[in-house]
Amino acid sequence: MSAAIADQIPNTAGEAHNNGDVVLDVKDLTVSFPTEEGLVRAVSNLTYQARLGRTLAIVGESGSGKSVSSMAVLGLHNMKRTRITGSIMLDGEQLVGASRSTFQRIRSDKVAMVFQDPQSSLHPFYKIGDQIAEAYRTHHKVSRAVASKRAVEMLDLVGIPNPQRRAKQYPHEFSGGMRQRAMIALGLVNNPKLLIADEPTTALDVTVQAQILDLINDLRKEFGSAVVLITHDLAVVAETADDIVVMYAGRGVEKGDAKEVLARPAHPYTYGLLQSLPSHSEELEELKAIKGAPPSLLNLPPGCSFHPRCAFKDLVGERCWTELPEWRPAPGINNRLIRCHLEDPVGTIAADEEASR
Amino acid sequence: MSDKTLLEVTDLVRYFPFREIQGLRMVKASVRAVDGISFSVQEGQTLGLVGESGCGKSTTSRLVTRLDTPTSGKIVFEGRDITTLKESQLRDIRRDIQMIFQDPYSSLNPRHTIGSILTTPLKVHGLHKGREKQRVKELLELVGLNPEHINRYPSEFSGGQRQRIGIARALAVEPKLIIADEPVSALDVSIQAQVMNLLAKLRDELGLAFIFVAHDLGVVRHFCDQVAVMYLGKIVEYGDKRNIYERPEHPYTQALLSAAPDINVARGVPPRERIRLVGDVPSPIDPPSGCRFRTRCWKAQELCATEEPPLVESTNAHLPIQGRENGLHLQACHFPEIKPALVAEVPA
Repeated sequence: MSAAIADQIPNTAGEAHNNGDVVLDVKDLTVSFPTEEGLVRAVSNLTYQARLGRTLAIVGESGSGKSVSSMAVLGLHNMKRTRITGSIMLDGEQLVGASRSTFQRIRSDKVAMVFQDPQSSLHPFYKIGDQIAEAYRTHHKVSRAVASKRAVEMLDLVGIPNPQRRAKQYPHEFSGGMRQRAMIALGLVNNPKLLIADEPTTALDVTVQAQILDLINDLRKEFGSAVVLITHDLAVVAETADDIVVMYAGRGVEKGDAKEVLARPAHPYTYGLLQSLPSHSEELEELKAIKGAPPSLLNLPPGCSFHPRCAFKDLVGERCWTELPEWRPAPGINNRLIRCHLEDPVGTIAADEEASR
Repeated sequence: MSDKTLLEVTDLVRYFPFREIQGLRMVKASVRAVDGISFSVQEGQTLGLVGESGCGKSTTSRLVTRLDTPTSGKIVFEGRDITTLKESQLRDIRRDIQMIFQDPYSSLNPRHTIGSILTTPLKVHGLHKGREKQRVKELLELVGLNPEHINRYPSEFSGGQRQRIGIARALAVEPKLIIADEPVSALDVSIQAQVMNLLAKLRDELGLAFIFVAHDLGVVRHFCDQVAVMYLGKIVEYGDKRNIYERPEHPYTQALLSAAPDINVARGVPPRERIRLVGDVPSPIDPPSGCRFRTRCWKAQELCATEEPPLVESTNAHLPIQGRENGLHLQACHFPEIKPALVAEVPA
C-alpha cells in the first residue's frame, strides 16, 4: 500500500525539475538482520531515486540505515545473514535477489562506492596504480600496459600531482586526502553511471574536505553520472546536493529539493537536526538539542519512530504512537514528501522557530 | 570569571626523535609536533585549539596534562612549574587537570562497571572517604545519567551516555582545568548538542576552565572565549573569539574559516568567497623554512621563505569592532590583512 502511494507522488510532484534519467530506483527496500536477540530492522520500506547528473544526499544519524541501504545496492551484505526485500532497479536490472556474478559484473562497471576511510579500503600490499589497473582489466579486455596507462590517466584526472610516479607507490605513501582521491580514481575507472560516496570527507580535514567535494562535483558534471552522497553533515548537503532523503531509524522521513528542505524543513526531525547545529544558535546560548536518543532497531517504538523525541507530538496525540505515518505531500510546499501526522507541519515549525528567537 | 592566570605555557616544544636508514647511513631526524608555542588560560575561561590533523593540537593537550614531557619550554600551573615534575610529584596536578577524550568507546574500561570507573579516581586521591558510592551517584546525576545505573558496564550505554560517563570521571576529582580533546566529534549531531549543553552548564556552575581541542569551527565558536589557530606545530593566530572569527588576519585562519561548508547557503545566503588551499600540509619532519604556511599561501613572497614571522599583536588591535572591547589579538604573518568579504558576512 505504502509503495503504491510513494510511487505516484514523486512522479507528479517532482516533474517540475526532473532532468536526467533515473539510474537507481529503490522501492520499498527493507533490510533486516536476524540476530539472537531478534530481528534488527536496519532499513524499512525505503524508496528513493537517483538521477543522472544529479547528487542525492541521504542524511541521517548513525544507525539510521543510510549506509546499510547503499551497501544493499552493491550486494555487500552477507546474504546468509541478511534479509532483503523490496526492489532495487539499477539501470533497468533488478538487484534484490541477484546472484554473486551479477553483482561482480555491475560493481565498478555500473556502480562504484567511495568509503569513509580510504586507509582501510585500499589494499596496503599493492601499488595504487596496480589496484586501479586491476579494476579496469576486470571489465575490459586490454593488456596490462594499457590498463596501467589508464590508471595513470585516472590519477591525473582526480588531481594527483606527478601521477606517473604516484601510481607506483603504495597507499601508506599517500596522505589522507590523496588516498581519497585515489579511491575516487579507482571508483571511476570504468566510468560507472552511479557513484555512491559514503561519508567521503568525514575522515578528512576541512580544507581537504572542500577539495574532495569540489572534485566529486566536477567529475559528476564531466561524466554526467549520478551521485549518492551519504552524510551526516547538513552543511555539506547544503553546498553540494540537489535532492535529499532524511532518514530516521531505518525509514525515510522527509524528501525533496536539498536546499529547500534545509531552508524550510517540514518534518520535526529535520527541523530538530537543523536547530541543534551550533551555527544556528546565538553564541554561548544553549543549543537546542533533540532530547533523548535514537531508538533501538531491535525494538522500534510503535507508530512514528520519532514520536518519543518529537516536540510536537502533543499537537496530534494518539495517532503518533499508534499509527505509522504514510508518505504524503507537505501542505503548502511543492515537491516535498514527509511522513508525519501533523496537520500543518510547515506552519507549526515556522511558529516554533519564531517563538524560539 | 576572574583574571587570575591558571595556566601559563611558554615556548613549548615537543620533538619526537627517530632514526631512519637513508641509503647506507643511519640518519637521525625528528617529528616537530609542537614547535615553540605560548598561550595562557585564565580561571573559568575556555581556550579553543583549532587546526587540521597533524598541527600539534593533541600533542599540546598531552603536554599540558603531563601525559607527555616536553622537549623544552615551560608549563606553569597556578604559579607552580610543572614542566619536569616526576610521576610521583604529579599527583596533585592530576587532580587539578583532567582530560575528556574523543572516543567514548575506547576511553572506558569495558570490564569495569560505571561505579568502579568513577570510584577509582576518588580512592586514588582519598576523596569523600566512606561515602564514595554516594558521591558517584551525585556525579551521575550531575551529568544527566540515572544513578541507578551504577552497576552497569560501558557496553550497556550509547555513545552520548558514555561521553557523559567520561565527563563524570573527569569531574570526580573536582579539577580546575579540563582538557577536552574533540569531546563531541564522535557523536551524532543531535547528541552533540546535548553534550555541548552539558559541558557549558558544568563550566558555568563549577567555574571550570577548559582547553577545548576541536576541528569543528562552529562548535569552537559556540563554546570558547579565546581561540588559538595552529598550523604545523605553531600558533599562527591567537586571540579573543570575535577577533578570530570576525576579522581574521592570518591567511591560514581565513582559508580555514572559508573552507567550512555553510548551511546558510540553503537559506539563500550567497556562498562565501572560498579560499581554496592547494596541496596538503607539509611534513612536520622537515617543515618549510621561514613561514610554515608559505608553501600553500597565495601571498607568499621571498621574505616568507627566509624569515619566520613572529606572533605579534595585530596592527588593527586598537580598532574597536562595533563599540566592543576588542581584547587580545595576535597573529604571525608578514603581510596580515583583514579580508572585507569575510568580515561583511558576519551578522551584527
